[in-house]
Amino acid sequence: MSAFGHFSYWITMFLLAAGLYIVIARGHLVKKLVGLSIFQTSVYLLYIAPGKLVGGTAPIISDKFTVYSNPLPHVLILTAIVVGIATLALGLALVVRIREAYGSAEEDEILAQDERAARDARAT
Amino acid sequence: MRNYLVLRVVAKIMIPFMLLYALYVQFHGDYGPGGGFQAGVIIAAAIIFYAIVFGLATARRVVPDWLVETCLAAGVLIYAGVGLVGILLGGNFLDYFVLDRDPVAGQHRGIFWVEAGVCVTVAGVMLKIFYMFAGRRREDDDA
Amino acid sequence: MMAVVTVAIAVQGNLFAVVVLGSIYSFLMATALVALDAVDVAMTEASVGAGISTVLLLGALHLVRGEEQKPRGRPWLPLAASVVMAGVLVYGTFGLPGFSDAGAPIHQHVVPRYLNDAVRETGVPNVVTAVLASYRGYDTLGETTVVFTAGAGVIALLRRRRRDRRDGDVR
Repeated sequence: MSAFGHFSYWITMFLLAAGLYIVIARGHLVKKLVGLSIFQTSVYLLYIAPGKLVGGTAPIISDKFTVYSNPLPHVLILTAIVVGIATLALGLALVVRIREAYGSAEEDEILAQDERAARDARAT
Repeated sequence: MRNYLVLRVVAKIMIPFMLLYALYVQFHGDYGPGGGFQAGVIIAAAIIFYAIVFGLATARRVVPDWLVETCLAAGVLIYAGVGLVGILLGGNFLDYFVLDRDPVAGQHRGIFWVEAGVCVTVAGVMLKIFYMFAGRRREDDDA
Repeated sequence: MMAVVTVAIAVQGNLFAVVVLGSIYSFLMATALVALDAVDVAMTEASVGAGISTVLLLGALHLVRGEEQKPRGRPWLPLAASVVMAGVLVYGTFGLPGFSDAGAPIHQHVVPRYLNDAVRETGVPNVVTAVLASYRGYDTLGETTVVFTAGAGVIALLRRRRRDRRDGDVR
């Protein structure tokens, strides 16, 4: 029981770590956002998986069923998904503006440009 | 993509059904899976599909910007309006029991309007975001 | 499956491939959610994650353009950080109730009331809808406002310097 019983959590943790890795290690801002959304989906699993009951069914009340999975995480995650896409769009809009301002969406290049600008400002 | 005959025909057949399905999801959401969020997203997806196949300019003629922007704000106002109606009828904010003589029917009515508000906002926001991204040109294309 | 796709996303340098893989990932996630009885959530994830967000990412990619550079720094430090964090969290999961444990705290508190009384109180058999719109109406109102605000933010960010808005066309 114990080994299998926590399997869903482990998947969640793996996805979480992978998303975190992409966010930290990859320089391109669009890719960082993809990593962030993977991180986010792992949180969906973290919420939904404990609510499942084996033998239960989707929480739509009917006379034929007696065991239902937990509806509360579903509600929370439903709203989280839609907020997630809205914030993802906001992030993408920021990336587009950054690309237009700097000519690049790579984190390293942007930081290098900022440093150069700071140095020039000090020189004058 | 305007020149691909297959895509055009398939799109013409599919889009009405997508919109119909969105309405089904919206109004049947009380009894089956679905609700305002899903319906809004499906409506937006149908129109985005239309825009991809027939061109953004055509889609903007069918669903103009002012309509989308109105939807954007109208949904939140509908939602908040349901809450305010609850206050006016002597209940609390977002209290649906007072919306009808029969409390259960009142609940039903409240849920219906709230879902409608959510659907309108979500569809409006998704569509507007798509318009903004698609309508923007690359900086160096037209310089 | 999902793990494979995730690793592919992590190592893939071509951003277009990353976006398509992200779409596949969303579909797989939606399937997993159906298996976990969360039909409403799965429906949303399939239409939002695989549909709209793919379109948005492609649109943004068209504007941003470009291949990803090879990361110049050594990837081992972030990898180690992620692995250590995952290890700590996995250790933490041993304190949590097992999968499908009906006695877990999550099934004990407000949920029985929702499941028992939702139909009587709201007349809506889909408990998810009832909780979303009625019991937790404030949450949903706030959340709708967040979506609205994000939309307004995107408009504010992308509106300026929009030339030729009439004949803007996606390819």
